[in-house]
Amino acid sequence: MTTQESSDSKFEVKLGSTKLDSRVPDGPLAEKWDKARFANKLVNPANKRKFDVIVVGSGLAGASAAATMAELGYNVHCFFYQDSPRRAHSVAAQGGINAAKDYQNDGDSIFRLFYDTIKGGDYRSREANTYRLAQVSNNIIDQCVAQGVPFAREYGGTLANRSFGGAQVSRTFYARGQTGQQLLLGAYQALSRQVQAGKVKLYPRSEMLDLVLIDGRARGIVVRNMISGQLQGYAADAVVLATGGYGNVFYLSTNAKGCNVTASWRAYKRGAFFANPCYTQIHPTCIPPAGEHQSKLTLMSESLRNDGRIWVPRKPGDDRPAKDIPESERWYYLEEKYPAFGNLVPRDIASRAAKNVVDAGHGIGPLHNGVYLDFEEAIGRLGKKVITERYGNLFEMYKNITGENPYEVPMRIYPASHYTMGGLWVDYNLMSTIPGLFVIGEANFSDHGANRLGASALMQGLADGYFVISYSMGNYLGGTKLEKVTPTDPAFTEVKREVQARVDKLLSIQGDRTPTEFHRELGKIMWDYVSMARNEAGLKKAITKIAALREEFWEDVKVPGSGDDFNQSLELAGRVADFLELGQLMALDALDRNESCGAHYREEYQTEDGEAKRDDEHYAYVAAWEYAGDDSQPLLNKEPLVFENVKLTQRSYK
Amino acid sequence: MKLKLRVWRQPSAATEGKLVDYEIEGVSQDSSFLEMMDVLNEKLIHEGEDPVAFDHDCREGICGMCSMVINGIAHGPKAAVTTCELYMREFNDGDTIVVEPWRAAAFPPIKDLVVNRTALDHIIQAGGYVSVRTGSAPDANNIPIPKDDAEISMDAAACIGCGACVAACPNSSAMLFTAAKVSHLAMLPQGKVERYDRAVLMVNQMDAEGFGGCTNIGECEAVCPKEISLDFIGRLNRELIAGTFKAAGNR
Repeated sequence: MTTQESSDSKFEVKLGSTKLDSRVPDGPLAEKWDKARFANKLVNPANKRKFDVIVVGSGLAGASAAATMAELGYNVHCFFYQDSPRRAHSVAAQGGINAAKDYQNDGDSIFRLFYDTIKGGDYRSREANTYRLAQVSNNIIDQCVAQGVPFAREYGGTLANRSFGGAQVSRTFYARGQTGQQLLLGAYQALSRQVQAGKVKLYPRSEMLDLVLIDGRARGIVVRNMISGQLQGYAADAVVLATGGYGNVFYLSTNAKGCNVTASWRAYKRGAFFANPCYTQIHPTCIPPAGEHQSKLTLMSESLRNDGRIWVPRKPGDDRPAKDIPESERWYYLEEKYPAFGNLVPRDIASRAAKNVVDAGHGIGPLHNGVYLDFEEAIGRLGKKVITERYGNLFEMYKNITGENPYEVPMRIYPASHYTMGGLWVDYNLMSTIPGLFVIGEANFSDHGANRLGASALMQGLADGYFVISYSMGNYLGGTKLEKVTPTDPAFTEVKREVQARVDKLLSIQGDRTPTEFHRELGKIMWDYVSMARNEAGLKKAITKIAALREEFWEDVKVPGSGDDFNQSLELAGRVADFLELGQLMALDALDRNESCGAHYREEYQTEDGEAKRDDEHYAYVAAWEYAGDDSQPLLNKEPLVFENVKLTQRSYK
Repeated sequence: MKLKLRVWRQPSAATEGKLVDYEIEGVSQDSSFLEMMDVLNEKLIHEGEDPVAFDHDCREGICGMCSMVINGIAHGPKAAVTTCELYMREFNDGDTIVVEPWRAAAFPPIKDLVVNRTALDHIIQAGGYVSVRTGSAPDANNIPIPKDDAEISMDAAACIGCGACVAACPNSSAMLFTAAKVSHLAMLPQGKVERYDRAVLMVNQMDAEGFGGCTNIGECEAVCPKEISLDFIGRLNRELIAGTFKAAGNR
């Protein structure tokens, strides 16, 4: 085989033979969830205590799922890599959470929230899942308020709302700029109550390194105790992954440093299909990198786009300070191009527009790598006090990071990797292609299609955790005959041996480059070729480059210390190894999807005015990738998307 | 920038620790304190040494994971920020910087700058919640809450549970942490039902974990990255006294 052939084979897509069953109930859209709940099998209260459920992750989805299932009586075991469940990265969500309450009397409804979400996702999500999300959104707000989440209020004592991108109604509930933190604390407190009740056991500083299957069902996990380094198997009747997204594949992202794909990736390699990996959201409003030392990027909440105006100098290369550029020489490119939505267009559109103006030489700041988000007009209109009330902590945060005061000079912002719509494939019940393995929150692919609207991630995490998974779990456990298993089962011993071998391998290489150096290099490849704008040549280049980097990693990575110790370099090395494999799959998925949709923008497929151009005839499906061995191409399985309630149109925010 | 670092190194809980000197160069003023530590660690790995273990995660001041005592001050010299939000422009070229872990009896060491803060979770588990099952909530607008009450509640709820208050307190008290949660919930109608039980149970747990008592010194407020006010300790004491008279906390 020549080199040419061997590299071409990396671009080849082979179809799998699995017929994916989404298990969406039939009947009218608005009745599906009721129907499913009634059709679900139940476990009687006295029997629930006989079941053990593993939940991996303690963010909004994981904590709410663990608390809710424990309230019902299941024995829940909750694993997370941080030292406390309260630190999961949901904590960092700033802006808010959507719900179809219509408290503003401005024309909102469950159907409108559903419609906005489907449209925002560029018609690449499953109607039934998205509709259910909109249905339970109202219960979430009720639940959180009852828990004591201190949402913002009006003087009359009722809940306040604000607007977010991709919607023309005000349906976002918020707690200053710390909505994620407050919702997570609500879920964490509910979880803590169940810990006290003896129904949840917490496993802090524990990293899931593999999934254990027995008779084709998920029956446990292998975990590394991050303090002692010990590998330990845990058995259960079902496993729930709530392990978040894979945005850190880009190295620089708004994710916490510890966010990783390992749990999902290990499950993928055990048979769970990975859906739409190329759907990754690049958030439009982050602080641009300041130099090589940059280790992560900080998001400035999208809510800022309610009052901030985005602009760049009309003249490329104009280096005058913002205040010296007269109004007539400022280019409010979003307001000009999208008069109906203005600065509140969906994230994918805002990000691409920023990239386009910066690529065209209009970039601002010392590295010319940003656009302005300007509050001068809003401060004049509303006064500084109101702006402080709305965004005070964000302004402080910005000032602290950049050394610039946004009350006086406009913020500099630029897009950054933020959220991943892709994830493990799940059916309507949130079960993956491995029976007994459920995937919730950002870790699954389900509700956002090719682009997620702002304030919808918190909604989805809590919808899955509080209001969906408990029904699915009852149905699964009530309808399945499961033998009891223990971690002494040979299946656990074998998986543990494999995990140990991998740890030993990472430690034995002792090459010249650190895990961080590999991660940074991977991130650069992903950012250059697999981020906001993609094309065939670039994606092929990415696949070839990542393959080479992967090879180099396994020959040249340098991991200090030992495996039986607190070893952060070892943790990172394992995660980077999985990111390297994922990166290749993302590029392949993007290459195979010969259309543009939402955040997946292929330069070859654009409308006359440069918007994403879908190909509904050929690509209205979920791409679910099936692992076929380390030396083989993954297999592509397609779940056709059927739209019975919305008409597929070209998205327009003009 | 060129810096001298004196960093607490302790291989494990069972071994003794000591301050070890390092020198680093080429640190950007625009990098965060943790990015400066990254530079040190990359250098150590290349030199075949064990990198410095430290806790960090979100690196934007909200997860509460990062925890360093810098030149004797929890989270360093700048007020109202976490270690990850501390930028090197706060230091001068040539400075010597001493970096130590949180030190408190209730926070046993794990490695280098990493300590175990699970005791804070135990305080919340003792009663830091509203006992409401998923699904049993009334409509969210059923109970109006005065805006000012919601704001005070939010001020208290902003606590990130980092433990700087404990690290700074000469008594290693977790009073500010506990007070923040008690106040957050006691300010809201939803939290009032269990307010007295909550205060008594949480304070009992705080004592059981080995945290010291509060003697109103105020170091906690001074280092708190979220500027949680000492006033909340006053509120906690009110809740606690009332709860004690009511013989609350017997559930």
